[in-house]
Amino acid sequence: MKSQAQLAFPQLKGKDLTQLPDNLFIPPEALEIYLEDFSGPMDVLLYLIQKKDIDILDLDVSEITDQYVQYIELMDTLKIELAADYLVMAATLAHIKSRMLIPQSEEEEEEHDPRSELIKRLQEYQRYKTVSESISNLPRLDRDFFLASTSLPKFKDRVPIEISSNELASIFYEVSTRPKFSAHHEIHFEELSTQERISLILSILNKRNVIQFFQTYQKNEGNQGVVVALLASLDLAKDGYVELIQNKDSNQLYLKLKNRGVH
Amino acid sequence: MNNLEDLPNLVESILFGAGRPIRLSEIKSLMGSQNIDVDLPSIKVALNSLEERYAESSIEIKEVASGFRMQIKKNYGDCLYPLWNDTSSRLSKALMETISIIAYKQPVTRGDIEDIRGVTVSTQIIRSLLDREWIKVTGYRDIPGRPALYETTKTFLNDLNLKSTSDLPPLPEAISADDSLDKLEAG
Repeated sequence: MKSQAQLAFPQLKGKDLTQLPDNLFIPPEALEIYLEDFSGPMDVLLYLIQKKDIDILDLDVSEITDQYVQYIELMDTLKIELAADYLVMAATLAHIKSRMLIPQSEEEEEEHDPRSELIKRLQEYQRYKTVSESISNLPRLDRDFFLASTSLPKFKDRVPIEISSNELASIFYEVSTRPKFSAHHEIHFEELSTQERISLILSILNKRNVIQFFQTYQKNEGNQGVVVALLASLDLAKDGYVELIQNKDSNQLYLKLKNRGVH
Repeated sequence: MNNLEDLPNLVESILFGAGRPIRLSEIKSLMGSQNIDVDLPSIKVALNSLEERYAESSIEIKEVASGFRMQIKKNYGDCLYPLWNDTSSRLSKALMETISIIAYKQPVTRGDIEDIRGVTVSTQIIRSLLDREWIKVTGYRDIPGRPALYETTKTFLNDLNLKSTSDLPPLPEAISADDSLDKLEAG
């Protein structure tokens, strides 16, 4: 029976191959598949613990933290999208590691092992991981066994199309003449250019030294004219060619030529 | 035709034509609609005689959560596999962990699942389980956000050839927190 069940560890000479041989070239893509098979940070941690063949209770947080971080760094370099939860686990491990390193008063130590919360979670996760593997191995419909049936396959309900030959003809006519309606797409060039306006304003200012803002555009240019003139004025002010002056009690805006470098 | 001696054939035709699990009571009412009056024990007897008849064949009658159905014996499935082989029969580890947690702890919210798995349960997994009709929403927990409560369905059991959730493999015993702590202290 072909088992499509869970991927087990590969076997070598009858032993589970849980660590990749050092002298074996593994294409990065293959490693990716290997790493992507983890179902989450807890799965990675359990794998690291099982690899060492130690009891969860003998968890060496310091060592496991380093290995765990190495793994997620590897996954990161391989551009495997890491769920934020992987980083949360790294932080949790680092936190536990730091608490193990800090000397604690005896009372505290008796009260609480910093690892206990994580160990509890790992044990709980392991129960479900184990049973999920057994469930995966149960015979499953359409994978391991099949129905014997003469029932008709399910078809999607079809709505019958009702249309008269006249309607069809008129739709065909409409579709075939449709291209006539298509509009030409005209590209409108910018009629007023800011760059041009800048040189225009400068040339006027060179003669008159001061002008009012409303003199930098013409009525028939409409809103576009005002916008272009304003952009040009602001540009000139930014580059220090002109000064923008507005009296408190008037709403008139003046442009004054600045003598650059004379200040 | 259609007398009671023909009952096994009648039951066979219903099972074969239904293509899904069917209850004894449903078989009874289907026959009733054709004015064939039989009681449930007689239908059961007819089923048993069919089972005997099939003993030497490639098909069998199996009782699952939603009733009785006719299926190909497991050891004759190999040749059929390529016929039905589609990627949907391959389920990810993450999905199997999720359905397992739902099966043993139902009703559960996504949060409950995430607490155990230590990783976000993707919408895709829930979607896929709902599409397979392996889980259903049975309510909402009365806490902020009102998360949906999920339970497994009869279809889930049917698809695994099971009659009830008690037929699922036993969940490994929880190691009590006290034991763990004792061991920690001893170690």
